[in-house]
Amino acid sequence: MSSTASQLRISRVGEVTQIEFIESKILDESNIQQIADEMCSVVDEETTPKVMIRFGNVEHLSSAALGALITVNNRVKGKDGTLCLSEIDAQIREVFAITKLDKIFPIFETSDEAMKSFS
Amino acid sequence: MALTQSDQHDSFEKNTSLPYRDLDIERLQSEIAKALHERDYPREGVFAVRLAVEEALVNAYRHGNRRDDSKIVTFTCRIDSECASFEVGDEGPGFDISSVPDPTDEANLEVPSGRGLLLMREYMSLLEFIEPGNRLRMTYRRVRD
Repeated sequence: MSSTASQLRISRVGEVTQIEFIESKILDESNIQQIADEMCSVVDEETTPKVMIRFGNVEHLSSAALGALITVNNRVKGKDGTLCLSEIDAQIREVFAITKLDKIFPIFETSDEAMKSFS
Repeated sequence: MALTQSDQHDSFEKNTSLPYRDLDIERLQSEIAKALHERDYPREGVFAVRLAVEEALVNAYRHGNRRDDSKIVTFTCRIDSECASFEVGDEGPGFDISSVPDPTDEANLEVPSGRGLLLMREYMSLLEFIEPGNRLRMTYRRVRD
């Protein structure tokens, strides 16, 4: 199954929902709200969501984007699900380290490693 | 609307005073990135400046102007081969910087907002707020090889 939303590419691999950003810059407030809404809709459809968010295309993000990820993560945790991040550029990885959000998001170098974490 | 720009051999300067929605931030960011690249700023410097400028403008709109589209955000920048300096102002009453919670505190890690200030402080060489707190000044100093 594969579907393309306006800001995200969403696919299903086994029990895991993979979400990939289409844009390289996740900055604009209205876009971020839309992204958060789309991700939350995906989570709401699952009983126990297993979600992997792929950052392969992302070159820039803002604190508002981090906020959207936290909102989605809180929603996933509320359903006893799991959310992880993968393929994050080194500079963006540093943003997660500075904000200490790497403490709440499992982060994997590759999508393969991330997928294995669900099994 | 007020807009001035000059790009001389030694510096790139820009001043705008516009409502947030009219700022065309992507274009502004592209111009800043171009000015930084032309002066051989490192990749991490371009990333840092883009992030800090984005956070400053969004904060001015969201917290300073309370998302009021009739209010003005002022933006000034000067980029030369040594440093990139920015001033961002809003029409809000200002704020007490010491009242902002630490987003890296364990208790705040899962709170969705409140990280813009931290990122500006971490990524820029200098960040200061001008009383009463509705104008900030920040500088990124280019690291020499």
